[in-house]
Amino acid sequence: MSATEEVPAVPVLVQAPPRSAMATWQRGALVLLGLAAALAPIFVLESFQLFQLTMAVIMALAVLGLNIVTGYNGQISLGHGAFYAVGAYATAILMSHGDWSFWATLPVSAAVCAGLGYAVGFPALRLGGLYLALTTFSLAVAVPQILKHRAIEDWTGGVQGLFLVKPDPPSWLPLDADQWMYLVALGVSAVLFLLSWNLIRSRVGRALMAIRDNPTAAEAMGMDTATLKTRAFAVSAMVTGIAGSLGAVVIEFVAPDSFGFGVSISLFVGMVVGGVASIAGSIFGGLFVLFVPNIAEEISKAAPGVIYGAILILFLFLLPDGFAGLLRRLAARWRDRAAR
Amino acid sequence: MDTTRRSLIAGAAGVLSVPRLAPAQESPGVTAGEIRIGSTNALSGPVSSYSVISRCLSAMFKRLNDEGGVGGRKVNFIVYDDGYAPPRTLEQTRRLVEQDRVAFLFNQLGTPTNSAIHRYVNQRKVPHLFLATGADKWSNPREYPWTMGWQPSYRIEAQIYAKHLLEQKPNARIALLYQNDDFGKDYIAGVRDVLGPRFEGMVRTVSHEATDPTIDSQIVSLAATGADVLICGITPRFASQAIRRVHDIGWKPMFFMSNVSISGSVVMQPAGSEKGVGVITSDYRKDQGDPAWANDPGMEEWRDFMRRFVPDGEIGDNNYTYAYGAGTTMIQVLRQCGNDFSRENVMRQAASIAPLEIATLLPGVKVSTSPTNFSPIRHMQLQRWDGRSWQRFGNVIEGAQV
Amino acid sequence: MDGLAHQFIAGIATGGIYASVALALVMIYQATHHVNFAQGEMATFSTFIALTLIQAGLPYWVAFVLTVVVSFALGVAIERVLMRPVQHAPVLTHVGVFIGLLLIVGNLTGWVFGYTTKVFPSPFESEGLLFGGLVSGHELGSTVVTLAVLLLVYLFFRHTTLGLAMRAAAYNPASSRLVGIRVGWMLALGWGLAAAVGAVAGMMVAPVVFLDPTMMLGILLYAFAGALLGGIDNPMGAVVGGFAVGVLENLAGAYVVGTELKLTVALAIIIGVLVVRPSGLFGRVVLSRV
Repeated sequence: MSATEEVPAVPVLVQAPPRSAMATWQRGALVLLGLAAALAPIFVLESFQLFQLTMAVIMALAVLGLNIVTGYNGQISLGHGAFYAVGAYATAILMSHGDWSFWATLPVSAAVCAGLGYAVGFPALRLGGLYLALTTFSLAVAVPQILKHRAIEDWTGGVQGLFLVKPDPPSWLPLDADQWMYLVALGVSAVLFLLSWNLIRSRVGRALMAIRDNPTAAEAMGMDTATLKTRAFAVSAMVTGIAGSLGAVVIEFVAPDSFGFGVSISLFVGMVVGGVASIAGSIFGGLFVLFVPNIAEEISKAAPGVIYGAILILFLFLLPDGFAGLLRRLAARWRDRAAR
Repeated sequence: MDTTRRSLIAGAAGVLSVPRLAPAQESPGVTAGEIRIGSTNALSGPVSSYSVISRCLSAMFKRLNDEGGVGGRKVNFIVYDDGYAPPRTLEQTRRLVEQDRVAFLFNQLGTPTNSAIHRYVNQRKVPHLFLATGADKWSNPREYPWTMGWQPSYRIEAQIYAKHLLEQKPNARIALLYQNDDFGKDYIAGVRDVLGPRFEGMVRTVSHEATDPTIDSQIVSLAATGADVLICGITPRFASQAIRRVHDIGWKPMFFMSNVSISGSVVMQPAGSEKGVGVITSDYRKDQGDPAWANDPGMEEWRDFMRRFVPDGEIGDNNYTYAYGAGTTMIQVLRQCGNDFSRENVMRQAASIAPLEIATLLPGVKVSTSPTNFSPIRHMQLQRWDGRSWQRFGNVIEGAQV
Repeated sequence: MDGLAHQFIAGIATGGIYASVALALVMIYQATHHVNFAQGEMATFSTFIALTLIQAGLPYWVAFVLTVVVSFALGVAIERVLMRPVQHAPVLTHVGVFIGLLLIVGNLTGWVFGYTTKVFPSPFESEGLLFGGLVSGHELGSTVVTLAVLLLVYLFFRHTTLGLAMRAAAYNPASSRLVGIRVGWMLALGWGLAAAVGAVAGMMVAPVVFLDPTMMLGILLYAFAGALLGGIDNPMGAVVGGFAVGVLENLAGAYVVGTELKLTVALAIIIGVLVVRPSGLFGRVVLSRV
C-alpha cells in the first residue's frame, strides 16, 4: 500500500520535541531519511497512486491547520471545511478569470483565508467550547450555499463550478504532471509544516497551549489571550486555506458540492485519529481520511459509510489519543529501554 | 413482444460473433473471458438513495453473465463510492481507469461529479457513457466526443412545460420553485429558453436548499404573487410537501412537476392522491405503480427481473425502472460491439443505436443515437394525474424545438 | 399584511419541528454535557422502527409507546457500548465518536429501511386545516405533544430525585460519585431519555416533512440554532428558540435576503445573539471560580 512509504517520515517530527536529547547528526540523518522517504514515491508509485498520495498530503496540511486552533489552542472548530473551500475558490477564481499563475494565487488565498479566520475568531472569543463547535459547524454547512449565491455567481460559476488547469512542470524537470503536482503539494506542505512546528515550539506556541490548558492563569500571567486566540484562528484558517488552493489545482475543478460539511467532518476526524495537538499526527490524519474510506468500501459495498464509522469508533477505542499518542508511548518505552 | 424480439437479436448476435475464434485483444479492460466496466455512485452520504441504481445495474450484468455473457465474455462491473463529492469522483475514476484498467465508464451519478472528470475522460479517450444526470451538457459530440448522457435533459423538460402552458395560457403569470442546484436551475434555463425576453415579466422564481426541512415559506411567497401557473423543479420529499401544501391553502394553479418526482407510490400517494389531481408532468418512463401497466409485457419483464435478481429491492422506487432502461441500452451497445470491445468501437456503437424500444420506457419513446446525436432519449409525453394514475395526453414530443 | 401573517404562521409551524428536536438536544446536554451530532439520525432511525411496527398492524399509540421504549433501550445501549470505553478520553475524542455514530446510523437507515419517501401516519385529524390551510391539525397536535414532553422533562429534572441525580452527575461527576450517585448509569439513562425524546420528535415531524433517511439532516441544524439561541441548558429556552428560528428564517428568507441564504441568516442570528449573551437568551450564566 502506498501509505507505507510515507510512514518513515513520521518519526522525524515526533522525535523533535525539545526534551529529546538527540545528537545533531542523528537529527540531521533522520531529516534526510524522511526527505528521501517523502520523495521516493515520485519514482516508485504509478501516477494514480501518486495522485492519491498528493491528496493525502493536502488533507494532512488541512488537518494541520485545524490542529493549530483546535489542538493547540483548544478552540473547537467543526467548520474548517469552510476555509478549505474559500482557499480553493480564491485560487480557482484568480486562475480561471484572471489567468493568474498558480503560485501567484497562493499569497492571495493565504491572505483571504487568514482575514476570514481572523473575522471568525472574534465571535469565537465569546463562544465557549460547545457553542463554538456548533457555530463553526453551521458555517461549514452555510459556506457552500453562500458560494453559489446569485450575487457572486459570475465569479464562482454558481452551481456549475469553475474549471482550472494545473500548472505544467518546468521544462527542465523530467517529470509528468502528476509527479510535479505531488512535488508542489509536498513542497508547500513541508514549508508550512516546518513553519508551524517552529511556531508551536516558540513562545507563541507555548502561550497558545497555556491558554488552552488554563485561560485564567494565562491571562493572569499577562498574556493577551484575545489577540493570541484570534491570531491562532487566522493562522489556522490560512494553513487550511492553502491546502484548499492545492486541492483545487490538483482536482482542476471546484464546485459547491466539493465542499459540503463532509470536508469539515473529514478534517476533524483526521485530527482526532492522528492525535490532537500533534504535528506528526496531522500527517497520519491526512492518510487516514483519504485511504480508510477506500478500505471501508473493500469490506462492504452495500454500506461503506457504516463500515467507515465503525472503523473510526474502533480506532478511537484502541487509541483514544490518536496515532500520535501511540507513537508517544512507543517512544517513551524505547527511551526507557535505552536508559536502562 | 418486445422481449422476444430482443432475445432473438441477442441469440443472433451470439451466433454471429463466434467468440472462440477471436484474436487476442489489446484493448484495455478486455480479456479473453472478461470485460471490465467501471462506475461511481453515492454509496454513502446524504444522496445514497441513488445507490440502488448501481445495485440494479450490477444485478442486470449478473443476469447477462448467467445467460452466457456477451461476445463470449462475462461483464465485471466495478462500482466505487464517491459520496457525491467531485474530488472523490476524480479519485475513484482514476482508480478505475488507471488501476483497474476498465474498458470504459458507465452511468456515473451526478452533474458536479461528472463535471469533475469530464475533461479527464475525454483527454484519455475513455468512453463515458449514459450518465445518471439530466444536465444537457453531456451531448456535445464535437467538443467532448467520449461523453454521452442518457435521459432527456431537465432543460428540455422545462421547455416542454413552457410551450404547453403558453398554448393554454398565453398571458400566464408563472411561479417557479426550484432546488438551488444544477438540477433545479435547469428548469429556469428551460423556461427562459422558451419565453426569451418575456421571462423577467412573466416569471417569479423562488429557490429552496436541500437542507431546508420544509418549503412552506416558499409556497406562501409564490401563492402571494397571484400566479396561475406553478412549475416545480424539486426532489420527491419536497414534491410531496408542495403538492399537499398547494392544495391545502386553496391555490389552484396549473401545476407542473419535475419528472424526477412523480412516482405514484413515492410522491403522489404520500401527498394525498386526491390532492395532486391535475398535476402535469412529462415523462419517458412507465410508472410502476400505474395500473395501466399491470399486464404490460415490458413491465412484466422488469418485475420478473426484480423478483429474481433484486428480491429485496423496493419495488416502488423508480430508480429501478430508470436503471433498467440505462442497463438495457448498455447491453445493447455491448451486443452491437460484436467481438471488438476496443474503446473506439464501444464509442462508435454507442453513437449508432438504431431506434430501440425499452421495457420500462413509455410506448413511442425510443433510444437512438448517431455520431452527431449524443442525446439517446429525446422523447417525452405530457401526462396528468387523475387521482389514481397518470393519464397521458397529446403526442409523444421529440425535444422541444425551441 | 396578509403575506406577512402567512409567513409568520408557516414559520411557527416549522418552528414547532425545530423546537421538538431542540428539546431532545437540550435533554442530552442536561444529562451528559454533550451535544450528540447523531441525534437527528437516531431519531430518524426510531421513526422508521415506528413505521415498521405500524405497518405490521399495531395501532398507532401502541407502536408509539413501543418505539419510545425501544429507542430508550437503544440509547442506553449506545452509551454503554460506545461512549463508556472513551469516557476518560479528551472531549475531542468524544466528538470523534459522535461523528462515527452519525456515519453509522445515517448510512444504516437507508440500507435497512430503503431510501424512498414514505408516509408516516398522524394520530391527529389531518384535515382540520387552520389559518387558510397553513396549519394542519397534525401540526397543532404535535405542538401540544412537544409542550407536553417539555412539561414532563421539566417535572422530571426539577422534582424527582432521579432527575436531580442525573443533573448532578452531568454537572460534577466527581462530587456526585462521592454522595453515592452511580454516575455511569446516570449518563446511560440520559442517553436513553434523549433517544426517547428524539423518537417522539421524529414521529411528530415525519407526517409533516415525509419520512426518508435524510429527514433530519437539515432539521438538526436549525434545531441546534434554536437550542443555542434559547440556551442549551434550558428546555424551555430550546422550545422558544426553536419557534423563534422558524419564524425568523421564514421572514428573512421571504423579505430580506432571499431563500438562498436562509441558513446563513439563522447562523448570523445565532452568532449575533451569542456574542451579546454567550449562554443564550434563557441560559444560565455560569461563573467559573478561579
